[in-house]
Amino acid sequence: MSERKIRVLIAKPGLDGHDRGAKVVARALRDAGMEVIYTGLRQTPEMIAEAALQEDVDAVGLSILSGAHMALVPRVLELLKANGQEHVKVFLGGIVPDEDVPVLLGLGVIGIYGPGTLSNTYVNEIRKAVITAGT
Amino acid sequence: MVDLDLAQAVRAGDRLALARTLSHVENNTAEGRSALSSLFAHTGHAHLVGITGASGTGKSSLVNQLARYYRHPGEGELPLRVAVVAVDPTSPFTGGAILGDRIRMRDLAGDPGVFIRSMATRGSLGGIASTTAAVVQVLDAAKFDIILIETVGAGQSEVEIAHLAHITLVVEAPGLGDDIQAIKAGILEIADVLVVNKADLPGVENTERALRGSLDLAHPLPQRIMHHGQLETVSGQDDTAEALEPIWVPPIVRTVAIDGTGIPELVDAISAHRLHLDATGGWVMRERWRLKTELDALLTNELVEGFRSRLPAGAYEDTLEDMLGRRISPFQALEKLVKMVT
Repeated sequence: MSERKIRVLIAKPGLDGHDRGAKVVARALRDAGMEVIYTGLRQTPEMIAEAALQEDVDAVGLSILSGAHMALVPRVLELLKANGQEHVKVFLGGIVPDEDVPVLLGLGVIGIYGPGTLSNTYVNEIRKAVITAGT
Repeated sequence: MVDLDLAQAVRAGDRLALARTLSHVENNTAEGRSALSSLFAHTGHAHLVGITGASGTGKSSLVNQLARYYRHPGEGELPLRVAVVAVDPTSPFTGGAILGDRIRMRDLAGDPGVFIRSMATRGSLGGIASTTAAVVQVLDAAKFDIILIETVGAGQSEVEIAHLAHITLVVEAPGLGDDIQAIKAGILEIADVLVVNKADLPGVENTERALRGSLDLAHPLPQRIMHHGQLETVSGQDDTAEALEPIWVPPIVRTVAIDGTGIPELVDAISAHRLHLDATGGWVMRERWRLKTELDALLTNELVEGFRSRLPAGAYEDTLEDMLGRRISPFQALEKLVKMVT
């Protein structure tokens, strides 16, 4: 009766308080059969990495609307790696200017899903990235 | 070999190994079973505290405050290592879940003496997951002194936590229902401590009065006290042991979890109950009870799986079709299936 569920942490690092998008994504991933750990607002990168470790998640979704993504995202990636969780897939939601997109993808972010992204798109991409990594 | 290392790493305090082991156990993998077998001998030390109650009564916030208190206790007391297992429901339609208990536990972040794990029920209906007991065993072996187990938002019949925990806190809040709710069977019967949270809200007097009234009625006889609504399932031997146990009348504690009011009193009540268990042999009794529950669940699962695997291909489905067509009754179907195997 072994069962493999995809576990995803959804977190909002930094100081902006708009978590509507994060909640919509959490809900969509739930409806896709995933277990979504929702941590709430104003998380530090350290809190996010610690939660990802304790929960042994497959992916971490960060919602950032504050413009601080170039500081926060590399820090989260660094901490995940330091914890031995380099296999964890990181994706972003929120507002990311076009010029930052290639940089973040280059750092290992698997997807950046801004406003208007269809839920099917990110659900499928996250699932694919996790399953590919698991095999 | 790898599994032995995993178990050793858990014992040595490796948090990543602990997290991975918990996943293996939750997914019921061969690695998980093997790790549990190596770790089991090291279990039985942690104090298992169950927290249950309806949705929105403040269970997660209480867990946050309790964990904080145990990490930073009063003078002369040593801080305890605290693990939290927080259970939220799995959607019966999609299999997905939102696990949101960590939102209320942000005060605990950054403390290496705390480990929080969220779990989905994955189809279990008793308020915890079928693997919660095993997850708790791993945390116990990982040397956590106290394990706070938060159930899903529980109504009236989610009482499985009483089989797992040494002590069950039932959390109520003002304004959730009239006094008839307090005399129904179920969740109030498993309470070792009743917590009236949100005690700063109007109506707290009424809530406490209704609970007190129901407690007076519910505990007239000593042997009913420790049964927790399971009077009919315990064996004769247990009955004797339990009947000798002095009465523990569940205290009612008022708290305001958002600001910590009443938390020292709640911790005192938990400690008093612990002393009571130690003095009366209740600790061992609950251990036996818990392990029996676990063994029974494993046996049932194994027997059902074994039975199904010995049925001829298609027999189960055909029988189901016969029932659907009202050609045979459920009992006749049962007889038919059992005959095929024996």
